[in-house]
Amino acid sequence: MSQIPGESGPSARKNEGIPEGLWMRCPECEEMLFRKAVEESLHVCPSCDHHFRISARTRIEQLVDPGSFEEQFADIEPADPLKFVDKKAYKDRLKAEQTKTGNLDAVVCGKGFIKGRPILLAVMDPTFMMGSMGSVVGEKITRTIEAAADQKLPLLVVSCSGGARMQESTLSLMQMAKTSAALARLDDAGGLFISLLADPTTGGVTASFSMLGDFIIAEPKALIGFAGPRTIWNTIKVELPEGFQRSEFLEEHGFVDFVVHRKDLRSEIARLTDFCTAK
Amino acid sequence: MAETLAPKERPEATVALPPRPATPARHVLEFEKPLAKLEQQIQELEALQAQKQVDYSRELRQLRTNYTSLLRKTYNNLSAWETVQVARHPQRPLFKDYVEMICRDFRELHGDRHFGDDPAIKCGLARLGGHKVMLIGHHKGRDTKEKIQCYFGCAHPEGYRKALRCLKLAEKFNLPVVCLIDTQGAYPGIGAEERGQAESIARNMLEMSRLRTPILSIVTGEGGSGGALGIGVADRVAMLEFAWYSVISPEACSAILFKGSEGAEQLAESLKLTSGHLRELGVIDAVIPEPLGGAHRDTHGAAHQLEQYIAKTLRDLKRCKLDNLLERRYEKFRNLGVVVEESRRHSTKAAG
Repeated sequence: MSQIPGESGPSARKNEGIPEGLWMRCPECEEMLFRKAVEESLHVCPSCDHHFRISARTRIEQLVDPGSFEEQFADIEPADPLKFVDKKAYKDRLKAEQTKTGNLDAVVCGKGFIKGRPILLAVMDPTFMMGSMGSVVGEKITRTIEAAADQKLPLLVVSCSGGARMQESTLSLMQMAKTSAALARLDDAGGLFISLLADPTTGGVTASFSMLGDFIIAEPKALIGFAGPRTIWNTIKVELPEGFQRSEFLEEHGFVDFVVHRKDLRSEIARLTDFCTAK
Repeated sequence: MAETLAPKERPEATVALPPRPATPARHVLEFEKPLAKLEQQIQELEALQAQKQVDYSRELRQLRTNYTSLLRKTYNNLSAWETVQVARHPQRPLFKDYVEMICRDFRELHGDRHFGDDPAIKCGLARLGGHKVMLIGHHKGRDTKEKIQCYFGCAHPEGYRKALRCLKLAEKFNLPVVCLIDTQGAYPGIGAEERGQAESIARNMLEMSRLRTPILSIVTGEGGSGGALGIGVADRVAMLEFAWYSVISPEACSAILFKGSEGAEQLAESLKLTSGHLRELGVIDAVIPEPLGGAHRDTHGAAHQLEQYIAKTLRDLKRCKLDNLLERRYEKFRNLGVVVEESRRHSTKAAG
């Protein structure tokens, strides 16, 4: 669980967002791309359709109708209950990440409209500690789930995370139980939950709310799994099959309803809500 | 996550050897070496006494007193890393041992009705401490053959789905559920991923949170990550004194944060994975004391403590109205986590 070891190298860094500069290279097809053109195509490579990782705020901007997003639970901050220290103190790590991203933790929640349909959103942010889930992420997602049940609104959670956050240990682990329990109540209340999986969705995030959607949809070629590829390799020392743990692989094995290109997300989400809400 | 699968195997005897002692020699952990030395002295002196017909009872008494006080001192001050070693002790009782020692009747149930039967999670009907229960637990396997069969207690999706099937059975027939957790984590492998390891664990947590029958989960050895929590959403969560429970094993954590195993000892401390720490954080409700020197020194003593706790807790849980029980179960997990919230000007803390 937690950050994927294989993804922390320099090759992954260019993947995490769009680097500065006018030009950039697509990590998939290695084409030199005009940065502005990539941004205009929703951060998808115009030549090979590689879906770049995007921050939570960029994601929300792409998904909701312009100007319709109202952020909620924005002032919930992480603490350091365990006084966790590895090579660096967790407290310092948090400060650095907050300065880097301008966010307090790894999820942004709120209400918005998608093609005129009201929806509650919780969007994970891969730029903040690899989108890992600690107490704040668990709490904010749980509150959004509870709000969806109370307000009888559809819920969209966008997963993009390395998993549970090691630095909050068992408290992070318990967020899996907490979010899943809240989803049980939403389910009992007849609420609609759409789970969108983006690259990467692994560990404790996959093993909780991500896999509990009424509908589970995924962006093309996103890495989705429980154990990260590096962990599996370390344990069984077997070459992993081509395309293993990618969206299409999960669709084939029955764990994803359909794979959807970023440009079609809005219309697909609107369609699902139309089928499931009485209007 | 099962980064390192099992403690080093001790070679198994494969040919006829000289007659074994009644109880096989106890495996000695690194920090137990001074204790082992004392034990050896006691044995030698006893042998000498028997052989030479000399009375060493005074010296023996002294040595035994020293031994007991050293044992107490050692086990009262275990570091987190030492606790992890105790939780993995090769002679620590396993699921099957507890079944033998505390169940009056056990009818094992096999299979998830979808794919297969996972020997890493065992389920069955049992009579335990005066209650009829559904018993579910990880089984690591004792000898090499059994360990390999059980994937060292690292379950596949079919294990979690078998558990879910049995949870639903328990709900239907009003049987309380007892889960014994002992795993380094769910199995990380190709088949497990193909068959939806993550989905199976997530589904169990969701269903356990609303299962209409009392649930009691106890970490008896290792509580590794989602693999543990997959049968860990309960009305009461307890740990045996020297068990550990964490989001990740210290070795796997070190592999990620230190790119090697050298950080495991320090991280075991940081992860706050001992029963004492987790009781303070409100993650668990109770610590079940182990016999002096750990369950591997006195398996029957440990089983007895476990049985007592289960019998009493189930009595309490059965007395609660089901709706209240479910409400409290939800609140218990709902309140876990520590955050700071400006608008509310307080930090929400675990209430347990």
